[in-house]
Amino acid sequence: MSSTFTPSRRTVLSAGAIAAFAAALAPRLAFADEKMVADEIKKLYGDKKIDAGKIKLDVPQIAENGLVVPITVDVESPMTDADFVKAVHVFADGNPQPGVVSYTFTPDCGKASASTRMRLAQTQNVVCIAEMSNGALYTAKAEVKVTIGGCGG
Amino acid sequence: MANPTPRVRVPAQAKKGEIIEIKTLISHEMESGQRKDSAGKTIPRQIINAFTAAFNGKQVFAATWHSAISANPYQSFFFKAQDSGEFKFAWKDDNGSEYTSTSKLTVA
Amino acid sequence: MIDRRQFLQATAAASLLVGAAGLGPLGRVAAQQRLTQADLLRFGAAGTFTLLYMTDLHAQLPPLYFREPSINLGVGEARGRPPHLTDEAFRTRFKVAAGSADAYALTSDDFIALAKSYGRMGGVDRLATLIKAIRAERGADKVLLLDGGDTWQGSWTSLKTNAQDMVDVQAALGVEAMTGHWEFTYGADRVKEIVDKAPFAFLAQNVRENEFGDAVFEPRKTFEKGGAKIAVIGQAFPRTPISNPAWMIPKWEFGLREDDVQKQVDEARAEGADVVVLLSHNGYDVDYKMAGRVKGLDVILAAHTHDAIPEAQQVGSTLIIAAGSHGKFLARLDLDVKDKKVSGYRFRLIPVFSDAIAPDAEMAALVGKIRAPFEKDLARELGRTETLLYRRGNFNGTFDDLICQAMLKQRDAEISLSPGFRWGGTLTPGDAITFDALANATAMTYPACYRMEMTGAQMKAVLEDVADNIFHPDPYFQGGGDMVRVGGVGYSIDVSKPVNQRISGLTELKTGKPLDADRKYVVAGWASVNKGTEGPPIWDVVEKHLADVKTVRLEPNTSVKVTGA
Repeated sequence: MSSTFTPSRRTVLSAGAIAAFAAALAPRLAFADEKMVADEIKKLYGDKKIDAGKIKLDVPQIAENGLVVPITVDVESPMTDADFVKAVHVFADGNPQPGVVSYTFTPDCGKASASTRMRLAQTQNVVCIAEMSNGALYTAKAEVKVTIGGCGG
Repeated sequence: MANPTPRVRVPAQAKKGEIIEIKTLISHEMESGQRKDSAGKTIPRQIINAFTAAFNGKQVFAATWHSAISANPYQSFFFKAQDSGEFKFAWKDDNGSEYTSTSKLTVA
Repeated sequence: MIDRRQFLQATAAASLLVGAAGLGPLGRVAAQQRLTQADLLRFGAAGTFTLLYMTDLHAQLPPLYFREPSINLGVGEARGRPPHLTDEAFRTRFKVAAGSADAYALTSDDFIALAKSYGRMGGVDRLATLIKAIRAERGADKVLLLDGGDTWQGSWTSLKTNAQDMVDVQAALGVEAMTGHWEFTYGADRVKEIVDKAPFAFLAQNVRENEFGDAVFEPRKTFEKGGAKIAVIGQAFPRTPISNPAWMIPKWEFGLREDDVQKQVDEARAEGADVVVLLSHNGYDVDYKMAGRVKGLDVILAAHTHDAIPEAQQVGSTLIIAAGSHGKFLARLDLDVKDKKVSGYRFRLIPVFSDAIAPDAEMAALVGKIRAPFEKDLARELGRTETLLYRRGNFNGTFDDLICQAMLKQRDAEISLSPGFRWGGTLTPGDAITFDALANATAMTYPACYRMEMTGAQMKAVLEDVADNIFHPDPYFQGGGDMVRVGGVGYSIDVSKPVNQRISGLTELKTGKPLDADRKYVVAGWASVNKGTEGPPIWDVVEKHLADVKTVRLEPNTSVKVTGA
């Protein structure tokens, strides 16, 4: 270790360091909001009653990478011909567009559960609607925090 | 963009009535249509917008993907094994292309 | 657990060390005469086997001074609960006499005087002596030695040897399993290379490759000690890719994965485990919450947040052990197993007073061999300090003040930012600031000191974001660590408020003017998690600053005003 470093006072700003904060500080332009998600749900199901329950929405509390956020939706159902989950829709209320994914299940699935990975532009709510074969609707919501980090330990 | 390549994990064998997990991945940029190039021009959207899984010709699971789905999209789901047969997985690209992959399942 | 019976009501640590209380005016020699290796080892073996636990060594080979925090706020349910007690509140809660050896080891006030009396702490050669003695006393087949991680990073020798020095030390101590966090900052390839060859297990149930989600490391391992089957589940720091450079581990994903912890416990029980241990780098408050939600954990060995708690804490039927950091403590937990269940325990957090313990000759030789090639650099005196230099504290530490001042001056910046790391030793007034000591506070694999422009609004957003990682009332949303240290700027923080409402009154210290939300300020900082960050290593920046100022004298930092605690 020698101390030959000369302070380069005019060093050009590091692109990497700027990127450090860019994600969190992007101007909030043209992002979806709660109303847009509600409108999407209305387009699908009108004013039908939607209950809480039946859905286990598994997302991380804090996204490790906003570009790749794992999401698993698991809906309680016997998945028989008489009683199964027909469809599941996932929305995000803080992305440029509210839609994330829609699933079509069949009794052949045996289990109404699916996992994928999504992009989240900022801290926001992920909203999920499940449509059962008898027409009943259920919903679940979870917040995912998208952070620039900070470390101690 | 390199040619999208699907990769699928399906157990080769299952017991009758067993619920198995199927995991799929495909290499794809999933260009969201929300990014701008260095000249400030919006890069047009090109994503895979649909994934389907059929078993012995019958659709068992489908997903509609929006631009919020990550690059190299991953999809897993479950299937109740009843008979031996063949899965066909298909991915539909915004540009009209379809990518497919098949896997055999033996039910003992 | 109704049938769990604690062997001793008062812990051995508390009852023994009270004997050394009130020595303050007697001075160091007297203290040393009273405090012997035998005192530190006295325990009274109990139960079926002994679990020894050390964590967050941060690559500290020789003994050092390490001052515990004077401010360590808990929010939500954690408010006022251990480890969120400091100084008098801490001593009252754990019946520690002011001025005692325990007070010196566990609290921060009167640190300078007590450091003179009781000397440095830790040192892997002292740890080796204690571990060997306990193995001899109990029989090696009845002792399990576990390491909570953050072992491989934090010194010049660990950086220069790519952690080989610490791996060799762990092997020599006979570590049987570890988990990790800063370990990952050596990059995926190096971690895998070490893990493949190491004579101990590297356990991490929550690290997965990011395509099909396959396990990257062994999730758990079962050990047999004293006839009992002990399943140890590893939990790496869940926020590693957020807190540290994700680009160094591009194919791995982490996360809390609470459901998977439960699965591991259930599988371990199904395989016949008598005792299930979570070797966890979650951080204490996260562990506390997890203990109340995952069923069937007998012991959580807590790490990451560097808390030293002299009694085992209990949540339902789960014991939580917090064993401090930097080699200051060795935790000993004797567990009694009856009918495949834990039926009792005895615990002591053994303070490693280096002057009271004879160094183990073999380990001392290994440390000498590791340090020899670097000795010239390590011993180089860069300056002297007239005031205490320390790290720990939620909002500032004087060592960080020094680093922030160095960045302002040497990088010609208006504002400087230094991460709220909890690692790095303490220097007492009159001490030389050696390169060794500077490296202990800065050595890492992404040390570039960047220089960039940020608006006042961006500064506030950064502080808000970091504050939410520390003061979110739900521990599962916390990242551990302390507030980013700020040079050139003061602010007020209300820790009880929600995100984006905690920070106010950002003021440029030089002019006394409020920070202009729209104006761009030149900001210097280090340890950016982004790839391609440019700038000289932070230790060069501080060394140059010390060459200019020669003597450091830091007045108490009053630039952060805290409310809502």
